[in-house]
Amino acid sequence: MLPKEYYDAIQLTPEGQLKHFLTIEGLSPLLLTEILDTADSFVDMNAQQVKKVPLLRGKTVANLFFEASTRTLSTFELAAKRLSADVLNLNISTSSTSKGETLKDTLMTLQAMHCDMFVVRHSASGAAHFIAQHVTPDVAVINAGDGRHAHPTQAMLDMLTIRQHKGDFKNLKVAIVGDILHSRVARSEIHALRILGANEIRVIAPATLLPKHIESLGVKVFTEMSRGLRDVDVVIMLRLQRERMQTALLPSESEFYSLYGLTENKLAYAKPDAIVMHPGPINRGVEIESRVADGPRSVILNQVTNGIAVRMAVMSMAMSGQQLNTQSSSFTESSARTESL
Amino acid sequence: MNIVIEGGRIIDPAQKIDTVANLYIHQGTILAIGHEPPEGYFADDTLDARNKIVCPGLIDLFTHLREPGATQKGSIASETAAAAAGGITTLLTSPATSPIVDTPAVAELIQDRAADAGFVRVLPIGALTRGLQGEQLAPLHALTRSGCVAFTNARLPMVDSLALLRCLEYAATFDLLVIFQAQDAGLSRKGCMHDGASSARMGLEGIPEAAETIEVSRCLLLIEQTGVRAHFGQLSCERSIQLIDAARKRGLQVTADVAIHHLLLCDEDVNGFDSSLHVQPPLRSPLDRAGLRQGLVTDTLSAICSDHQPLDVIAKQAPFSETEPGISGLETLLPLSLKLVEQKLIELPQLIEKLTLGPAKILGLDSGTLQSGVQADVCIFDPEATWTVNDQSLLSMGKNTPYYGHSLKGRVDCTLLGGRIVFKR
Repeated sequence: MLPKEYYDAIQLTPEGQLKHFLTIEGLSPLLLTEILDTADSFVDMNAQQVKKVPLLRGKTVANLFFEASTRTLSTFELAAKRLSADVLNLNISTSSTSKGETLKDTLMTLQAMHCDMFVVRHSASGAAHFIAQHVTPDVAVINAGDGRHAHPTQAMLDMLTIRQHKGDFKNLKVAIVGDILHSRVARSEIHALRILGANEIRVIAPATLLPKHIESLGVKVFTEMSRGLRDVDVVIMLRLQRERMQTALLPSESEFYSLYGLTENKLAYAKPDAIVMHPGPINRGVEIESRVADGPRSVILNQVTNGIAVRMAVMSMAMSGQQLNTQSSSFTESSARTESL
Repeated sequence: MNIVIEGGRIIDPAQKIDTVANLYIHQGTILAIGHEPPEGYFADDTLDARNKIVCPGLIDLFTHLREPGATQKGSIASETAAAAAGGITTLLTSPATSPIVDTPAVAELIQDRAADAGFVRVLPIGALTRGLQGEQLAPLHALTRSGCVAFTNARLPMVDSLALLRCLEYAATFDLLVIFQAQDAGLSRKGCMHDGASSARMGLEGIPEAAETIEVSRCLLLIEQTGVRAHFGQLSCERSIQLIDAARKRGLQVTADVAIHHLLLCDEDVNGFDSSLHVQPPLRSPLDRAGLRQGLVTDTLSAICSDHQPLDVIAKQAPFSETEPGISGLETLLPLSLKLVEQKLIELPQLIEKLTLGPAKILGLDSGTLQSGVQADVCIFDPEATWTVNDQSLLSMGKNTPYYGHSLKGRVDCTLLGGRIVFKR
């Protein structure tokens, strides 16, 4: 048991630079803004004829996906390649673990191949923290989604998209709609919006899809779209997984759609210039109406484009932080242990 | 063999003794407490206990020794040696071994191995149902004759209330003690920590308070109906304390204990997915912890146990939800309990009572005291000595404790079992 400050500092160098990117929680507004600014410069670059910079030349990035993914994996791969890194994609969801190998052993094996960065997706909350703490402290770990806990690059690409469309966060009212309970995206977005100073963060869902004490994260809870969407500037829809219907969480897709699906009628409650976002992949007719998803207020495809830029930003920042840190390492686990408890 | 323990502060809650004196032991039993030896007494051995506390050996109401079945995590020899080093002289073992303690042979095996090791008195808890399946009654009478002192279905579900009712009726017939480790199967199925603000933040599946309170309520009603001798082990919620208080006010003779970590830690301590804090029942909210601490003061909780669950190293080396729950606790039971005195929650003699006389009364044992004539199970500890919890200091095979690397105050110097020194630093 280590003091909370130790865990808050785990992804930062003593100078406050990123060396891993595990969660948004605990990061400063300054650092988040730096990520967005860096990403902005890559957005411009990605539109150029030559889409490549040598920031990660000679480095090896391993995408370790213990859980299936298409778009996150491919945008991370593209991001790494545009930074000139060598990329190794490993789909581990079915190979090692089914042979009884522990996560730690899998990681140790990969570490022995001298990778410089692990991009990790795992179904267990805290997996990225575990890897950064116990397995590979010298390798930069980027969290590409751990259980229900965090998906920090997704949150940052959403912040970039919001900033591009709305400028500043200060006066924004943002509503996040749908399966908050199982959503790592929602948790990371809530932290990011709060840190960047959003005026009001709302979550809209039935009680079965809301974690207990979600208000403690600084959000207002609504159970009706008509009230929750009123006067919001940004509507973020979450993906609803079909498996949820097989438990007592929801009776049916159609009932969910009629209550919480984003239709043009419901979108009318929001501000006239409100934007609509979705982390994808979208379920048309379950959480969102096609006319809204493809409509003028939808920025869903901008999100995907921004995803590459944000991932490039985070990867280059973490790699430079990790390099500086290994040169002057000081904050070790043993020095953090206290006798206070 | 006569041993005199000289000059210690002797605390024996049963006799309301708290005095600096000598403790005279004669042929394995307590002879007297005083300043001069009884007439004709010659000491073969003298233990210097100046500036130390001398108290009855601790009685730990719930432990896992892991043998038979999971000897990569702990063995009866290793864990009973650890218990002696922690000042414990009597402990109860979980029936959840492999094979399960639902036949006399397994109960006898555990006691034989413990006797061979010779460190502590090991009292097995028998399974309430065969295979802990929650369906068919285990041979409670035969198990009692083979040394089982109580029965439990551990944290495994008794889904069928009729089966539970029959088990309690049968146990009541022979005045057997049933221990409830209340946990509703459905509400706790997927969870790995307390369902609250911390679990919401970390995205970990929660175990709601109701997982415990629903089961406590059901059990209390059936206890009332059957009149069975009943005890609740390792409670974690304030509401459970209230339920038991209310039942006791109605005249129900139920007792309860708490694991030491639930009195000191809470869900907010589960920072950074620290798997050493993954435990069942889960560490609850600060309010629950306050309620448990109050329950200790008002005596609704009359004993503190270690809920010792040694694990091998790899069991905790995974993301939080994929690790095995459990805290290794035999050797930290006393020093962690002493924190309650330092925090001014209770006085030292009161604390000693929760670790000795309290559990003895729950079990109906005549030990847990230093009265003359009882077997000399004695713990001598230095309340001021500090030590660091690490691989070198822990004898238990389980190094899985959230206090690993911490410096703790209060160290056992010597443990006597039936007048025999079984541990000496």
